Parts: sequence; structure tokens; C-alpha cells
Amino acid sequence: MHFHLTAEQVAIQDAVRGTLGECWGMERLHAFADGEADFDAESWQALMALGIGALALPEAEGGAGLGLLDAALVCEVAGEAAAPGPLIGQIVAALAVAQCQDAATRALLPGIASGETVATIALDSNLVQCARTAQLFLADDGAGGLCLIAAGEGVEIEAVSATDRSRPVSRVTFGSAKTYPLFVAGDPMVQRIRDAALVLIAADALGGAQHCTDLSVEYAKTREQFGQPIGRFQGLKHQLAHMMLDVEPARAQVWYAAYGWDAGLPDATRAAAMAKAHLCEVYTRTTRAAIAAHGGIGYTWEYGLNYWFRRSVHNRAWLGSPAQHRARAAQLAGW
Amino acid sequence: MDLSYGEAAEAFRKEVRGFIKAAWQPGELRGAELKDHIRAFRRAAIEQGYLYRSVPKRYGGSEQPVDVIRAQVIREEFGRARAPMEVGGNGVNMTVPTLLEKGTEEQRELFIRPTIEGDYIWGQGYSEPGSGSDLASVRTKAELSADGSKWIVNGQKIWTSQGMQATHMFMLVRTEPDAPKHDGITYLLMDLNQPGVTRRPIRQMTGEQGSHTFCEFFFDNAEAPVSWQVGERGQGWYVSRTTLKHERASIGSADGLGSQFRKLVELAQEMGRIGDPLVRDRLAEIEGRVLSHRYTSFRLFSCAAAGEDPGAVPLLMKLLLTEIGHDIALLAQDLIGEEGMTEPLGAGGRGPRGPRGPNKWLDQIMGSLGNSIAGGASNIQRNIIGERGLGLPRDLAMSAEK
Ligand SMILES: Cc1cc2nc3c(=O)[nH]c(=O)nc-3n(C[C@H](O)[C@H](O)[C@H](O)COP(=O)(O)OP(=O)(O)OC[C@H]3O[C@@H](n4cnc5c(N)ncnc54)[C@H](O)[C@@H]3O)c2cc1C
Repeated sequence: MHFHLTAEQVAIQDAVRGTLGECWGMERLHAFADGEADFDAESWQALMALGIGALALPEAEGGAGLGLLDAALVCEVAGEAAAPGPLIGQIVAALAVAQCQDAATRALLPGIASGETVATIALDSNLVQCARTAQLFLADDGAGGLCLIAAGEGVEIEAVSATDRSRPVSRVTFGSAKTYPLFVAGDPMVQRIRDAALVLIAADALGGAQHCTDLSVEYAKTREQFGQPIGRFQGLKHQLAHMMLDVEPARAQVWYAAYGWDAGLPDATRAAAMAKAHLCEVYTRTTRAAIAAHGGIGYTWEYGLNYWFRRSVHNRAWLGSPAQHRARAAQLAGW
Repeated sequence: MDLSYGEAAEAFRKEVRGFIKAAWQPGELRGAELKDHIRAFRRAAIEQGYLYRSVPKRYGGSEQPVDVIRAQVIREEFGRARAPMEVGGNGVNMTVPTLLEKGTEEQRELFIRPTIEGDYIWGQGYSEPGSGSDLASVRTKAELSADGSKWIVNGQKIWTSQGMQATHMFMLVRTEPDAPKHDGITYLLMDLNQPGVTRRPIRQMTGEQGSHTFCEFFFDNAEAPVSWQVGERGQGWYVSRTTLKHERASIGSADGLGSQFRKLVELAQEMGRIGDPLVRDRLAEIEGRVLSHRYTSFRLFSCAAAGEDPGAVPLLMKLLLTEIGHDIALLAQDLIGEEGMTEPLGAGGRGPRGPRGPNKWLDQIMGSLGNSIAGGASNIQRNIIGERGLGLPRDLAMSAEK
């Protein structure tokens, strides 16, 4: 029985936190958000140098032999930092390719694992993160299976004004582009790959929600009104307590969903749906509460809370709303 | 992560199962015969080292090394077989650990064995009409008798759960009226069957009255030997804060919540509402919280098994459980609909229990409110989370508190 983080897992999170902390101070985030790019090569390389792309791959595939749980812990830290880059797409694409039998597709693995080939998710929506940079799109094959579509000819990309400034989307249309098959309809891997993406989105939401809580608590300890720190006022104190009450228990739900995926538990698909739905609700509530807790400064662009708020809007809509996943979970429970 | 308990635990589980199979044979036994069988079963289970594991043998326990996984396996297997576990209640949960940590040898000799055998039932004498959340303001006073051998107690306690059954009380009384409020309290044990003690049941909002309900107690020169004072005179507040860690981590409350949620789903099915998309959505939303609670209790259990500090997480559990209970109550109320306009027969202990339909949920709908009050009101929980969990500055009104 072990259901809390090991020292190694904490160390992985610290390493990623350190790297992202160096890359993404608020000034850099502002510059990125106001810039044109949908990708930042330097921070991406720093992250990939830690081996993130191959973290969850088997050792036989040149990976670290860790699980989706470890990948989720990394995505959690990326969510804390509101880090740019299609990290979730990259990890999920690596997991998919490593499980695929097709030789041509498998040849893509070293590039994806090292991060040199950037992969993003283009499922269920034509609004795709970092589409102008990505070389591979994880997409539906048109018949209910999964494939990777190569950027270039047959892939049309239209710029849009993106809500999430940290992982900006573009509108993508696929024509007759080069595709690499992954899994055909009916292969259980199709669902597994979708589940993995849901778990990682939940993890990103967890990190974001924790960060917003932390910022609010710190602010409440230092900001003074009526001659005292505002955190002493019980109304605000109780709002902050409820943020913690919402976020901290949800952490174990992300762990369970990721562990369930790794262990192939019978309820893994349902756990992923529940985690995506619940964590996106928590993220929405927490970012709203954080801005309210800050007062005027929270409503500014400059302070930056809006980046997490915008990310929560994106995560919530990405790959299905909480209500859609709750409906799936109800179905899966046989209600 | 790994949610299996490991091979050693599974071997132990087999052993526990074998024991229960041989020793727990209630069959058709009724009344006194059943009582005797339960007593004998508990004795045998103590002999095996399954019950009262943190209680030394000389006081009737089984004195086992701390092992949260074994303790959990025992709870699971006894629960599965519906075999009698520890007698439970305030006595086993509070009096015994407090005496083990702070009691005198004489007190342990006197009280522990009859408590774990179920002969002594303890009321918690903390709240008073004027002292609830502000518990350290208790006014029930105790003064030494002229010869210094007894505490003479005068005052009132209220909301005492199981008060009608209680044989004894552990209570907080003011012994040093001039000391700062936390430093003038003594922790005292009292025999409730004496002329100076009057008890009166208080009817609860659920309609419950008589022996099922809480009570108020009046003390009119009630007596307790000085040797029944636990800890130093004036140190009672600190004695009452004693929390023992012995195998406390259990997945128990999560299992209880899980089965309550399953019953809620069954209710939606019985009422023909399970196909309603709104009902399905609300159920799944509540389940999101139920699962967070469940997996967090796994987390706490895992930390306890590894001997690691779980940080502030335990501070969240009571309020979390309370809030989920309210969510469940609100949906249950919608699901039972018009059935909620009538109470089940025998509700609140009135008359014989009759057939219970969907309106039996009124027990949960009303009972969930008790959780926001008993054992520390929800606002006090929020203060604790904010101040101890998040490190926010203390309330000015309470900044003198300890
Ligand atoms: C079912 C049940 C069983 C019980 N069993 C026992 C028992 O066996 N033994 C025993 O001693 N007691 C028992 N109690 C009593 C219980 O511990 C008290 O009711 C509880 O501590 C609250 O105290 P109070 O009722 O005086 O309410 P108050 O303390 O007066 O609180 C009233 C309201 O004010 C709020 N409030 C109070 N102080 C603050 C603050 N500082 N900040 C913000 N809000 C505040 C509370 O949250 C609450 O909403 C039981 C109660 C119930 C409901």
C-alpha cells in the first residue's frame, strides 16, 4: 500500500519547478502573452532536456520507465507555472506511438521522445494548441481510430485570437495531408490515449488551482486594510479555507486516475472522466475565488492571475466539458 | 502508487478470516445468549490481538505494536462478517486513549477494563449553555471539599450525546476562577449515578426523544474523588487536547460516505429518476467530491502506514465530510419529492418502527445538519483550516487563545 508521493516523485516535481521557474517569471510570461508566437523553443528545450517527453515511456523504448502518474506530476507543475508549450500533446503522442505497431509511425518516436518533434492534440475540435509550431497532430482518423497527421501540405492553419495566452490555439483544417496510423477504431488504445489526455488536463488544472490558492494566501498575509492583514478578516479567511478545501482533496483524485491508468484498473476510463470533470470545476471555482480575493489588483492584466483564469477556461472546454464527462461517467457506471 | 496492502497483509487477512469463521457463530441466538456469545467472541478476538490493540494487556487490551495496515485488515474483515468490533463510543475513542496518555495507574485500573467491556458508558461533558465554540469559557465549577479528598461540582452541561445511557462522564470544570481562561480548567471523571446529578433528555429536531437523544445535566454538589482528576489541576484544557495517533487512520469514514452515495444512486433508481439528465449530472458532481474524500483518506492512510507527516490534510476532513453530507441531503430531498411530506413510522424513536419508504432519507436530510455543529461547528473548522492549514493571522477576538 502506497498512496502518497515518493521522495523521487517530489524530486521530479522540484526539478521541473526549478526549470520552469527559471524560464517563466511573470515578465517573460507577459512578453510571451503579448507576442505573436505560439511556442517558445528555449523553455521547451530546457524542459525536454529533463527527459519529460520520454518520462512515461518504457525503458526498452529509451524512456524512463515511469508512469502516467509521473507525467501527471510534471503537468501539474506546468499548470502551476502556466507554462507555454503543448506539453500534454507531446506526452500523449509519445505514449501512443510507443504502443503502436506501425513501423513508419514508430520511426517518429525518437523525435517525439526527445522533444525535437513537437506534437499537439487535434481531437474533437479544430482549435489546436501551438498549431503553428507543431509538426505532428494527434487526430481522429475519420473512422473512430487515431492517427498522427504531419504538418505541411494538406494542413491549413488560420490564426485566431486565443483566450489562453500561454498555449494559444489556431484553427486547423486537415485536407489530404500525410498521416501516420496509430490505432484503428475498436482498439482499446484509442480510449486509453483519450483517457491519458483527460488525466493530464486534470493535473494541469490541479497545479493551476493550487498556484492561485497560494498566491491568494500570500497576498492575504501581506496586504493590509483597516490597519491589519486582510487575511485576518474572517470572511476572507473562510473563502481561502474553502479554496484549500476544494483543491487539496482533489489532488488525490488526480493521483487515483493516473494510477488507475498505469495499473489498468477496470474503472480507469471512468476515473479519468471524473477527474477531468471535477478538476476543471475546481479550477474554475478557484481562479474566480482568487481574483475576488485579490481585489482590484487581481482584475488587472499586469498582476497576471488572468493567465491562470484563461487557462482554466481553456482546460474546461478542452476535450469535453465537465457536464459531458459527468454524463459519460453516469453511463459508464450503468446508472 | 499501489493500493494493494501487500502479501504479508493478505496472509494476515486469511488468518483473521479463519478466526472469525470459527469464533463468530451467532446463528439463531437471541437475547442473553447472543450477548454472551458477543462477549465471548470479543474476549477471543482480544486474545488473538485483533481488538483494543493499543491497550496494554494488564487493562484488558491486546497490546499490539502499531500497524495501521493490520488494523485496517481487521476492520475490513470484521465488517464483512458483521462480527462485533470494539464497543466504540466516547469511552473507547476518548476516555481510554486519554487515560493511557495522561491518567494515573489507579484510573487506568479502575476504568479501562469496564469501558472496553461495555459496562461503563461515557458522556462527554464539555458544552454548557454559555460555552460551545468558546469551550475554554466553561463555568461549571469544582471546589475541593474541606478535607481535600473530593471535588464538589456545581453547574450545568448540555448536548451530551448518549447522555441517558451514560454511567460516567469526562468533563471540563473550572477550578481556578482567577486564572486566565485556558489555565483554570481541570479534567475530571465523574460517576453519574449519584444524588447530586440530575439528567434530562432534550428532544432533537429529528423528533428523537427519550433514550436516543442528547441530554442536559445539572450538578448540585455532585462529587468526584480528587484521584479521578486527570492530569494536573488547572491543566484540563491541555488534557482535553490529547489526541492519540494509535492506528487512528482508517478508511472508515470514506467507506461510510461511499455506501451513503451508493444508496443515493439507488434512491434515484427507485424513484424512477435515474434517467433524468439533471439527476445524473448532480449525482456525478457529488460523486466528484465523494471520490476526492475517498482517495484523500487513502492518502492519509498511506502516510500513517509509512509513518510520514500528512501535513495540513487531516484538518480538512471533517468539514469536507460535512459539506458532502449537505450536498447529498439536498439531492435526496429532491429525489424523494412528495414522500418527504410524511415522516416514516417510528422516526425519532416514536413508537415501533414501521415500514420505511423513501422518506427514511429524512434521517440523513436532518442528521447531516448535526455534523455542521457537533464536534466543532463548521465556522470553527474554517478558522482552523485558515489559521493552522494556511497560516493566516488569527482572529483578533481569539488571538489570546491557545
Ligand atoms: C448532535 C450533537 C451532539 C453533540 N454531542 C455533544 C456531546 O456529547 N458533548 C458535548 O460536550 N457537546 C456536544 N454537542 C455540542 C457541540 O459541541 C456544540 O453545539 C458546538 O460546539 C457548538 O456550540 P454551540 O452550540 O454553543 O454554538 P455556538 O458556539 O454558539 O455557535 C453558533 C454559531 O456561531 C458560529 N460561531 C461561533 N463562534 C464563532 C467564531 N469564532 N467564528 C465564526 N463563527 C462562530 C458557529 O459556527 C455557529 O454557526 C453536540 C451537538 C450536537 C448538534
